[in-house]
Amino acid sequence: MKKNLKFKIENLKLSETEVVHVAKLANLVLTTAEVKKFQSQLSETLAYIAILDKISTQKLLPTSQVTGLENVYRPDEISAGLPLEEALRGAKEIQNNMFKTKAIFQDGTK
Amino acid sequence: MELNNLTISQAQSGLKKKKFSGAELVKACLKRINQVDPKIKAFITVCETEALKNPINAGPLSGIPIAVKDVFCTSGMKTTAASRVLKDFVPPYDATVVEKLKQAGAIILGKTNLDSFCHGSSTETSDFFTTKNPWNLARLPGGSSGGSAAAVTADETIAAIGTETAGSIRQPAAWCGVVGLKPTYGRVSRYGVIAMASSLDSPGPIAKTVEDAAILLNIMAGNDPKDATTLRAGVPDYLKDLNAPIKNLKIGLPKQYFPREMDSKVKQKIEEAILVLEKLGAKIIPISLLDPHYAIAVYTIIQRAEVSSNLARYDGIRFGHERDQFNEENKRRIMLGTYTLSAGYYDAYYLKAQKARTLILEDFRKAFGKVDVIVGPTSPTTALALGASQKSAMFGELQDLLLEPSSIAGLSGLSLGAGFAAGLPVGMQIIGPPLSEPLILQVGQAYQQATDWHERKPNL
Repeated sequence: MKKNLKFKIENLKLSETEVVHVAKLANLVLTTAEVKKFQSQLSETLAYIAILDKISTQKLLPTSQVTGLENVYRPDEISAGLPLEEALRGAKEIQNNMFKTKAIFQDGTK
Repeated sequence: MELNNLTISQAQSGLKKKKFSGAELVKACLKRINQVDPKIKAFITVCETEALKNPINAGPLSGIPIAVKDVFCTSGMKTTAASRVLKDFVPPYDATVVEKLKQAGAIILGKTNLDSFCHGSSTETSDFFTTKNPWNLARLPGGSSGGSAAAVTADETIAAIGTETAGSIRQPAAWCGVVGLKPTYGRVSRYGVIAMASSLDSPGPIAKTVEDAAILLNIMAGNDPKDATTLRAGVPDYLKDLNAPIKNLKIGLPKQYFPREMDSKVKQKIEEAILVLEKLGAKIIPISLLDPHYAIAVYTIIQRAEVSSNLARYDGIRFGHERDQFNEENKRRIMLGTYTLSAGYYDAYYLKAQKARTLILEDFRKAFGKVDVIVGPTSPTTALALGASQKSAMFGELQDLLLEPSSIAGLSGLSLGAGFAAGLPVGMQIIGPPLSEPLILQVGQAYQQATDWHERKPNL
């Protein structure tokens, strides 16, 4: 069994490129040291998760929630939201009573 | 007796008889915080001015000081999730639980430390500081609700509120020797609680006695239109049958909850506690459950995936700071979740975990066909030394081995002190089916009535 586990660990090792790609998807900027560290730690965790390969799940339905609640609606009534001032209070930058975001086009100003 | 040492029920009785006032209770707690918190470091924010000045509502908790884990939004009061991302975030509204506590007359004493965004089981991933275990300052309090558990243990507050995703109430309660209740998923509203894993997060009380946990659940539980996952089932009075005898109750003892890696002294204490329950008339029935190591894998996948999704909203635009302020543990969890949810891997990881989750639910359903509740150790060890969490990328999961299956299944669970090993508290957990809080509280109460572990205090 030990041999088997070793095979899995090698098999599941993430490449540096994969780590950088996942970081990009997650909108995270990693240092070179972090990329190296996560490469081994994420591989370690994936190797642990591989324990699930031992159980057969083919015939099972997935559980996404445990309450059994479905179609929970609220009355379609308009209620007051946060006052403008309150809603903007946590923002680092505001302009004309709006949140100021980063430019999304290359030639935009930062 | 110092007022801060009181339980909720003792404080309620003293207030009713006008032996002291709510303000005196608050002052006693604040004095204790000033004395011991420089050592314990349970609080991120102490709300001294607000606690003394805000008017006290009439209600069942009128004048009772409560410490709140710093993951519940508190209107006008800094709420950080122990993260640099939210280090100066002041929410414009109260979490439903906080609102209910205030309406019941409770006084919010302060906000307690945790693992940042609840990512851990030690408070060592807090971006600010590590909380110390009041029983031994060189030991961890557990986590993520470690600040709440330590504050209750050190009598810095009358009681506290925490949240559990898988172990974050019960494990610190066990390591600190207090009572922690993880309610059924959906029993207590998550509205205004900074999310970790939305399909698992369950707010609950951390208290000095089982009775106090029942008092708090009476206030916290119930349907909330602001949280569509809250259950519609009526809320019973959790105090009503609290003192009912447990004669003939069928208690399941799963052999898988005594794993090889378990501390032998913890095992011994739990076996002694089970003898106490047997003497009270309960029938102990050996049962077999799925190996809890499977639950770790399921939990790791589901929780990391939901973390990755929940933390995607932190962009530093509307509130908080930018994503470069996430710490290493936050990033590690976001990364794994993003990976398992990404194209091509979803079926192999997330879907597989959701299917295995079904298996765990069915396993418990079968067990509860034979027994009323399940009892076992809360944690395989007593409180570990400071620094222990640095040793594994999966420290939290491995510590919560015996708690993750019941969390994944959304069950209710209670942890309470069952003695001491080498001067550190040992925790026993009682797991019940969904909405069985009255029953697990009843078992805990019967045990506390027959023992006095909960009356012992650390020397600070």
